[in-house]
Amino acid sequence: MSFDFAVILAKGPQILSGLGVTVLIWLAGTALAVALGFVVATARRFGGPLINLVLMVPVEVLRGTPFLIQIFLLYFGGPYIGLRLDPITAGLLGISVYGAAYYSEIFRAGYQSVPPGHVEAAECVGFSRLQTILFILLPEMALLVLPPSMNMAIILLKDTALLSLITVPEMTMTVSAIGSQQYAFVESIVVLALVYWALVELANWLGRITERKIAKLSVT
Amino acid sequence: MTDSAISIKNVSKQFGDTVVLRDINLEVPKGQVSCLIGPSGSGKSTLLRCMAFLEQANAGTILIEGEPVGFVDGPNGRRRQTAAELRRARSKIGMVFQQFNLWPHMTALGNVSASLRRVRKMSKAEAEAIAMRQLEKVDLKERAHHYPSQLSGGQQQRVAIARALALDPTIMLFDEPTSALDPELTGEVLNVMRTLADEGMTMVVVTHEIGFAASVGNKVCFLDHGKLLFHDTPEKVFAAPRNPRLEQFLDTYLDRGAFLVQ
Repeated sequence: MSFDFAVILAKGPQILSGLGVTVLIWLAGTALAVALGFVVATARRFGGPLINLVLMVPVEVLRGTPFLIQIFLLYFGGPYIGLRLDPITAGLLGISVYGAAYYSEIFRAGYQSVPPGHVEAAECVGFSRLQTILFILLPEMALLVLPPSMNMAIILLKDTALLSLITVPEMTMTVSAIGSQQYAFVESIVVLALVYWALVELANWLGRITERKIAKLSVT
Repeated sequence: MTDSAISIKNVSKQFGDTVVLRDINLEVPKGQVSCLIGPSGSGKSTLLRCMAFLEQANAGTILIEGEPVGFVDGPNGRRRQTAAELRRARSKIGMVFQQFNLWPHMTALGNVSASLRRVRKMSKAEAEAIAMRQLEKVDLKERAHHYPSQLSGGQQQRVAIARALALDPTIMLFDEPTSALDPELTGEVLNVMRTLADEGMTMVVVTHEIGFAASVGNKVCFLDHGKLLFHDTPEKVFAAPRNPRLEQFLDTYLDRGAFLVQ
C-alpha cells in the first residue's frame, strides 16, 4: 500500500473551509477565554471570600472534567434545559468557558506574582482599584503570564479537534470525512497532523515576538 | 482644626492573637520630624502603616490634619471609609517604603509622573515637567529615563521619595527608608530627608538610624512590645541617665551611629 496525498489535497477548497472554521473558533474562543478568565481571576482576587468561593467551584469543575464530556453535556444535554445551540455556537461556547477556567488560574498566579508593596504604593498615591489593575498589575504580570497563556492557546487549538464529535464542520471533521470518502484514512490523518503542527508553530512564533516586545518595554 | 499633623488616639492593633500595638496615643506636630525607634517587632512599622491605613487598627482613631483616616464614626459605630473618602484622607500623605516599591515597568520619570497623570489627570507633558522638578530635587534628573532595575538602591529610594512628593503631600511617612540599603548608600537618602526636614516638611520616620533620629528628629518615640514607652526631644531621650530598656536597645546599635549620642 502506498500513500496518495493527491486524493486529499484535491479537495483543497473543502479543507480550507474546515481550516477556516478551526481558526475562527480557536481565535474567537481563545479571546473570549482570556477575557472571561481575566474577569474571573479579578473577581476572585478583589471580590471577597464569598465571591472567591462561588467562582472557585465552576473553575474546579471545568478543570477537573474532560473537555469532551463538557461539550457532550453542552451540546446533547443542553436541550434538556432548553439550551439548543447549533454546533459552531456550542463549540465556541465550550472552548471559551473551558479555556476561561485555565486562564483564570494563569491570571491568578499573575496577580500573586506582583509584590503587595507595589499595590500599596499605588494606593498611597491615590490610584483607584481599576487604575491599579490597568496601570500596575496588568503590565507587571504581562511577561509572566504570556508563556503559559500561549501554551494554553496551543492546547485550545488542538482541543478544537474534539468539536468534530459534536458535528462542528471544522478541520478534523472535514478532512477525516474526505479520507473516508476517498478510502485514504491514514493520509487524511497525516495531513491533519501537519496542518495543526504548522498552526502551532505559527502561534509559537507570534508568541515569541510578543514576548520580546513586552520584555523590551518592561525591564525587570 | 488642630495643631497636630497626625493625632493618634487609643490605637490598638492585633494580628490574630498577637497584640502588636497597645493603646497608642501620640501627637505628631506640624513641620517637625518625629522618629519612631525601637527593636524589631516593637510595632513601629505597624503604627506608621496604620497612619496610611495600609494596616487597619482594631481600635482607636487616627486623624490626619483633623480628618479621620480609614474609619469614620457613624450612627451605628465606626465604619470603614469609602474608597473615595480614603483617597481624600490619604492625599495629604506621601509614603516611602523600606523596599522602595517602584513599579519596574516604568522609568523613574514614569514612576514619579504616574499619579499626576492618572490621579490629577494632567497631560503627559505637564505631569512630566513636575516630575522632572521632583527628580531634580532628589538629584536624579539625569537618571529620569532609567528603569528601576538600572538604578542603585539609594537612587531607587530617592525616586520613591520623589514619587511620594509629586502630589504635594503635607506629611511624609518613611518606613525604614534605609534598611534595605548598603551602608554606603544610606547617606544619599538621609541627605534628601534632611533637606526635606529643613524645608519644614512634617515627617514621621521609622528608623534604625539612631544618629539620624538624634540629629534631625525633633521628637523621638520609643516603642517596645507594642507600647509607646516614651517620647520626647532627642536631647532628653538620649541624655543620661537613660531609660534602662532604651539603654539595652542602644547597646545593640552602637555600631550604627548610636555612639553619636553617647
